[in-house]
Amino acid sequence: MNDESLKICQGRITKKELGELYFQMLRIRLFEERIVDLYPEQEMKCPVHLCIGQEAIAAGVCIHLKKEDYVFSNHRGHGHCLAKGSDMKPLFAEFYGKITGCSRGKGGSMHLIDIPNGILGTSAIVGGGIPMGVGAALASNLKGENRVTVIFFGDGAFEEGAFYESFNFAALKKLPVVFVCENNFYATNSRQEARQAVCKISGTAAAFDAHGICIDGNDVLEVYRAAGDAVAKARSGRGPSLIEAKTYRWKGHVGPEEDWTKGCRPEDELREWKEKCPVKRFKEALSSGNIMDKAEMDGMEAKIKAELDEAVDFAKKSPYPDTIELLKDVYVEA
Amino acid sequence: MPWTKIYSNRAEFDKALKDNPDLRGIAYKDALREATAQLLSSDPSVFVIGEGVDDAGGVFGTTKGLQEEFGAKRVMDSPLSENGITGIAVGAAAAGMKPILVHMRVDFLPLSIDQIMNHAAKWRYMFGGSVSVPIVIRSIIGRGWGSAAQHSQSLQAMFMNIPGLKVIMPATPFDAKGMLISAVKDGNPVVMIEHRWLYEHVGYVPKEMYTVPLGKAIVRRTGADATIVAISHMVHESIQAAEALEAEGINCEVIDLRTLKPLDTETIAESVEKTGRLIVADTGWKDAGVGAEVIARVAEAGLLLKAPAVRVNLPEAPTPASPVLEKAYYPGKNEIIEAVRKVSSYGKAQA
Repeated sequence: MNDESLKICQGRITKKELGELYFQMLRIRLFEERIVDLYPEQEMKCPVHLCIGQEAIAAGVCIHLKKEDYVFSNHRGHGHCLAKGSDMKPLFAEFYGKITGCSRGKGGSMHLIDIPNGILGTSAIVGGGIPMGVGAALASNLKGENRVTVIFFGDGAFEEGAFYESFNFAALKKLPVVFVCENNFYATNSRQEARQAVCKISGTAAAFDAHGICIDGNDVLEVYRAAGDAVAKARSGRGPSLIEAKTYRWKGHVGPEEDWTKGCRPEDELREWKEKCPVKRFKEALSSGNIMDKAEMDGMEAKIKAELDEAVDFAKKSPYPDTIELLKDVYVEA
Repeated sequence: MPWTKIYSNRAEFDKALKDNPDLRGIAYKDALREATAQLLSSDPSVFVIGEGVDDAGGVFGTTKGLQEEFGAKRVMDSPLSENGITGIAVGAAAAGMKPILVHMRVDFLPLSIDQIMNHAAKWRYMFGGSVSVPIVIRSIIGRGWGSAAQHSQSLQAMFMNIPGLKVIMPATPFDAKGMLISAVKDGNPVVMIEHRWLYEHVGYVPKEMYTVPLGKAIVRRTGADATIVAISHMVHESIQAAEALEAEGINCEVIDLRTLKPLDTETIAESVEKTGRLIVADTGWKDAGVGAEVIARVAEAGLLLKAPAVRVNLPEAPTPASPVLEKAYYPGKNEIIEAVRKVSSYGKAQA
């Protein structure tokens, strides 16, 4: 990102939106970093899949969505929920296994839900949420609503049959879906080249006569532009799009540690991607473009930290579920 | 109630219809079609989706003409993407619709098991009850004419093992209609398994909408000497077996389970307590199957049997195609009769 891209974007983005993008990215970053800080206490007794390094995608996509629009996410879903408008408290409470959690302590970090904000649940089976997202779009279509559905998934899920089956159906029925592939090049520790014959995920859309685009997922304005086009297309009944956003996950597949120490990925690679940090790049662009000054940015940071303090405090002080909860909600009771 | 009786003889049923001009007899497949049409008419959130639901045959007649009547948005053909389409139906259900998903064969359910087992069955619990998945997944057991190993399976036991699902196998036209309506209104994911051989079976079916409760077995025939617990097509085989055994002075009680999950232990236990002899006639394989579960429930209820329980199941092999092998493969009336004789003569001195 440079001043040039900021200028190009300014024709169609307001200062308020620029601030909102920065706020959401920073909010996701600080949220995940707080988990990193607290995880060693071993009070969050569930696996956590962090999205540090990938924040621009959730922020740049969700800024285009209305509250009632649907988002389907995956095991690495904290950022998507936050960007869609989720409150931090029920998320943290869920990580701590508390009854006040968004899933009443039954889901953990991989199963988040926020129905008022259009998040109908997140699947931790790779690719599992993709058909469900298309199904929600079908429901919206059948009911004559004008909701858009965004489905976030990774480069691993792109290899699942569920992706192709779902994309075909969405294209066939011209459903209002935006498929957002966060390509961080790794499925756990397996590299994309070792798994895919042609490493051009966005190219697949052409086979279904749909729109596909490959973008720098660490450039929030590029994400903003691509997602804006795709959401508008979906909303106007012109069918699905596939956005491949290239990015990099800084932490290991699961847990709060970097994984180069275990030999999972090269340290140099991580260092290079840290240079391309989406939050840092955007912060610099906003400063040099005189969009936001330091005081404003510091103010945002303080606000987010206060929200985090409150959320963690809420989660820690909340009660655990009573054991009578164990057999509740397996079925809808008549 | 006239509609709880199963006539093994069609002529007898036709005579009964003549004697009761107020009652109507229609085939199982037509009962399913009627239920679906009434559901579509009465609830805008209901829609039908599946491979070939709009074709001329209409899934053995069960969806015939519905697309013409309700339009392509309510009765939707689907690509051959069993897992994807199941997931799409599950997602639509989570978003407030009530899909009826039709798989032409039970054998296609394994292709969609991820969405049934990992998603539909768990979605409500995993999110603390804030969302539900009101979906009915219909699927059909093929049998005969060399359908062979991949078009004739009876996989109900697999689904009985998964909390969050309900599993139903109606055996009569009356139950087919009433249970499909119940399943759609139930609010939970329901796997409905229909036996192809039941489709032409004619029975009493009221014209209006009605429900048959899920989770309730029914005594189809009363008797004091042995209890035959049966499902689906095997209910009819069991009735015929019981009628034949009457001549030998053995009176069998026949229980039609109708719902396999949740299982109605009470109705089974009540009967076994009376008869002390138990036979379970299943359409599927033996290991960890319906029979295993029924016998375990009886054992857990502390009921002592007068003779060891007997299971009538498919032999431990996939289904063969050759008519000679196929005939040897499927158990029916005769195997049930043998099983009843075995439990009845147990412990008696041999002549």
